[in-house]
Amino acid sequence: MNDNSSEILWEEPLAGGATWSHNLKRGTALRITDVEGGGNAGAIFYNCENPVERYNMPDTLKAQHIARLTKGFAIYSDMGRVLLSVTEDTCGWHDPIGGHTTEALVRAKYGEKNYQQHRNACHRDALNGFLIELEKYGLGPRDLVPNVNFFSKVEVGEDGGMNFVPGNSKAGDYVELRAEMNVLIIVNSCQHPMDPSATYQAKPLMLSIRRVPPPAADDACRMSRPENQRGFTLSERYFL
Amino acid sequence: MIVESNLDASHAQYSFDVLAGEPWIHEVKQGQTLRIVDLEGNQAVDTLFYNAHDYADRYSAIDTITRQKNIYLTAGTQLISSEGNVLGEIVADTCGRHDTLGGACAMESNMVRYAIEKRYMHACRQSFLKAILSWGRGLEKRDIPPNVNFFMNVPVTADGKLTFEDGISEAGKYVEIQAKMDILVLVSNCPQLNNPCNAYNPTPARMLIWDAPV
Repeated sequence: MNDNSSEILWEEPLAGGATWSHNLKRGTALRITDVEGGGNAGAIFYNCENPVERYNMPDTLKAQHIARLTKGFAIYSDMGRVLLSVTEDTCGWHDPIGGHTTEALVRAKYGEKNYQQHRNACHRDALNGFLIELEKYGLGPRDLVPNVNFFSKVEVGEDGGMNFVPGNSKAGDYVELRAEMNVLIIVNSCQHPMDPSATYQAKPLMLSIRRVPPPAADDACRMSRPENQRGFTLSERYFL
Repeated sequence: MIVESNLDASHAQYSFDVLAGEPWIHEVKQGQTLRIVDLEGNQAVDTLFYNAHDYADRYSAIDTITRQKNIYLTAGTQLISSEGNVLGEIVADTCGRHDTLGGACAMESNMVRYAIEKRYMHACRQSFLKAILSWGRGLEKRDIPPNVNFFMNVPVTADGKLTFEDGISEAGKYVEIQAKMDILVLVSNCPQLNNPCNAYNPTPARMLIWDAPV
């Protein structure tokens, strides 16, 4: 490990309920930290050079036979390439199937808090956060894909029932995403839609970006299963 | 949930057999009922639904499963759109469980799942693209979100694994969707030859449509 490998380029806080976006360059990694515990980071991903290539939830799940994300797993595009890999995780379970909040859901669950009265403490929802941010890149509602909810856990029972598990993430837990391509990443910190809490409490997140070495031949995410070896190969071929 | 239909196939206004590896794209009007029949058993029928008057308002797998808090589609399931509308409802189902997490096979995902050399084997997303190109009217690749896999059994375990179990469908089992608005239905009758879920043998599916009862 050389000094360069851990150089933090910058970090910035993401306030609760807010949305952030960035073209995360290959060779860098984004660390998302749940500052207070009980946070949720909704995220969607696109190849920023050609955004019609984008995160594909089913391809990600079925390539790895998973319904959760944690360290060692890869996040796939619809083109068979690894967009990002999960290189660090202190939490153990990140939800890829629970979706996002909408304006109607937030209003029904938490009541209305408008900007006029509450200024930047107004209530926000994840769907509008994603759509507004997508518009800044020339993308729209037709480009929205199922999001990952980092720090949240949704269990599935034998009968298929979906159950939100509170307390999955504690203060200081973090997940690190290494970009294997140049990835437009949109993150928002709205509550998980299945969070049973009756209180609107979108938690703040800390985002930090650092330079990382390219994945080695024996990289843990690459070697975690033969599918991922092929996925990494296809990402690397994209840059040849 | 097993719910049998009382509709008579001989009275259907429309009947068409979709061969394995072929797409099918067709409008179903509000109130009409579409039956999809697994003619020979354990066939994956990859299906998408759109508001026929606004294709941006389309089937959302995540909205559908979170609305009912269950990952399986069966009788009683409302098919929810990306804008929160009800596109249709499953009104009969003799299979009992359908998947919407496994998505559609693609040349590119086959390279990852099976082998890079499998690239040129036919796949569902080729059929989806062929169908929307022929249909025109502005549909593009970005309009192909995660789909329903009728007749596929893809359970999730308590520790977060996705498993592809043997099919629970068999010859003659069917599912019926009643359109709650005018919808466009896009099907790829799956050509997958690498997956034991269909016994490596893709087979035809029958589409039947009945008008709304008067």
